[in-house]
Amino acid sequence: MSTRRTASFKWLVPFVYIVFLMLPIYWLLNMSFKTTNEILGTFSLFPQEFTLENYRAIFTDPTWYNGYINSLIYVCINTLISVTVALPAAYAFSRYRFLGDKHLFFWLLTNRMAPAAVFALPFFQLYSAMNLFDTHIAVALAHCLFNIPLAVWILEGFMSGVPKELDETAYIDGYPFWKFFTKIFLPTIAAGIGVAAFFCFMFSWVELLLAKTLTSVDAKPIAAVMTRTASSSGYELGLLAAAGTLTMVPGAIVIFFVRNYIAKGFALGRV
Amino acid sequence: MALSLKNVSLRVDGQMHIYDTSVELAPTGFNILLGTTLAGKTTLMRLMAGLVQPTTGEIWFNGHNVTGVPVQKRNVSMVYQQFINYPNMNVFDNIASPLRLAGHRRAEIRKRVAPVAELLRLEPFLKRKPAELSGGQQQRCAMARALAKDSDLVLLDEPLANLDYKLREELREELPRLFAIRERTVVYATTEPSEALLLGGYTAAMHAGRITQFGPTGDIYRHPMDKLTASVFSDPPINTIPVTKQGQQFSLTDGTHWKVDGAYLGLSDGPYEFGVRPHHVHPADGRSDGALVEGTVLVAEISGSESTVHFDLQGQPWVSLAHGVHAFGVGETVRFHIDVDHSMLFSTHGDLVAAMGD
Repeated sequence: MSTRRTASFKWLVPFVYIVFLMLPIYWLLNMSFKTTNEILGTFSLFPQEFTLENYRAIFTDPTWYNGYINSLIYVCINTLISVTVALPAAYAFSRYRFLGDKHLFFWLLTNRMAPAAVFALPFFQLYSAMNLFDTHIAVALAHCLFNIPLAVWILEGFMSGVPKELDETAYIDGYPFWKFFTKIFLPTIAAGIGVAAFFCFMFSWVELLLAKTLTSVDAKPIAAVMTRTASSSGYELGLLAAAGTLTMVPGAIVIFFVRNYIAKGFALGRV
Repeated sequence: MALSLKNVSLRVDGQMHIYDTSVELAPTGFNILLGTTLAGKTTLMRLMAGLVQPTTGEIWFNGHNVTGVPVQKRNVSMVYQQFINYPNMNVFDNIASPLRLAGHRRAEIRKRVAPVAELLRLEPFLKRKPAELSGGQQQRCAMARALAKDSDLVLLDEPLANLDYKLREELREELPRLFAIRERTVVYATTEPSEALLLGGYTAAMHAGRITQFGPTGDIYRHPMDKLTASVFSDPPINTIPVTKQGQQFSLTDGTHWKVDGAYLGLSDGPYEFGVRPHHVHPADGRSDGALVEGTVLVAEISGSESTVHFDLQGQPWVSLAHGVHAFGVGETVRFHIDVDHSMLFSTHGDLVAAMGD
């Protein structure tokens, strides 16, 4: 009897969990299809007067859609730089013993422990002095501060999972180092590269403080555009909701592509 | 010609991994490196391959000093204990990869991969990735790669150790045939004396970073130079006990004695170390002639039709490997018969004085 009763309520916990998890997302989606008046005026579970006006506004107004383009540009540059730099670094950490290697590895990680706000002022000063202020590369480089250590950490885990004998077998077979690295080693840890790239992409995409500090107009990220809650026409909550919904899309797309490897990335005790 | 090490030693972080070693391997057939784990077999192989450079000494191959020549430029192939294949390539590409690197043409590569794949029964799997193969097939793939490459030196580092019993037996029988196709030096590392005997050729017994003896496998088995080599070449290790020869008699400290004969007759009187392999020590079962000793049973294991009895013989741990089921209780005092016709006699320093039988 008792087992049957517990069994019949098994669905409850995940159900409640998912409802609470999905509710804010649903609400955002819900609002994005409403007019601002409806959002402020009535409480409704779904749009009373369904409108795509908010989305149209975003895709036609350059100040909005440029935000997405800017964000995507520096996020992609950052992901590319982070993974490219992290690959040889991670290889060195996983394959060679050198003076202070463990300390250096740990020190890399501690870079992630400082809040980004700490670096906001020095970065602002530095990039202004270098005439890099308000450029995509500035934000991409700034995000390397925490993305390169992360990528090194993830990739080192994947690389250490590959036996050193594979390298040696390749050398014995006659592969020069670079040929081995690109033709055999990189394909072998492709999943790891995917996971590392994913995390770099996500962290760079959601980071607001540095991106906002280092840009003004030309490279202004979408998250900064969104913080502008009021415009000349008063509150535009519907528009903001639509922008928020669109901001989640790139992350969702990237997750879709690496979903099979993410678990592996976590399982290696990294991230 | 072939491969020779001249005063090679290796020191890593102040620790000696390989002590001063000089050896000239047999140019064709199997050269077996026999030793327990940590004896330095793999390290020595890595030195031979050129993966590590010796701290001192030189490595010569076919009359050339190859010390310091990068591994890519030495015509070597190697198979590891772990199943190492290129995970991103299918079996065909795995086997073909050294040939591709050597710059062979497509048709030529296909012509050379086919017989090797056939020999190792990999034909049905050529299109598969190594991860989709069983352990035995993976190791066969690794061997096929080593075989396909036209190398003068093949290093096999315990290639069968990670395989299950049946596959190991199977591959072990095939090995000599596989590598006999072309004249080349094969070095084979193993921990199992029986494997060394089966593969024949030459054997280098290794212990703690040294080659204790090198020579034809049978000779080393029958006439190990010293107690250490004898014990490396015996599984379980050889039984030894101090004896005193006096006239026509060997006696132990407790008075147990037996008659001296055969090769031992002409030896001078005095203290010796008597050694006999476990499968030449059997429970006496009522026998009253020959060399009989009494021991206290420590452990008795029965595996199928064989019994392994560990017993204490005057403070020395002895092992008896006997056919048939012999059930003894722990602590029981049992008489054992030593087959003196298959025994060895060492000096008190451990050097071989005389050996009998095969």
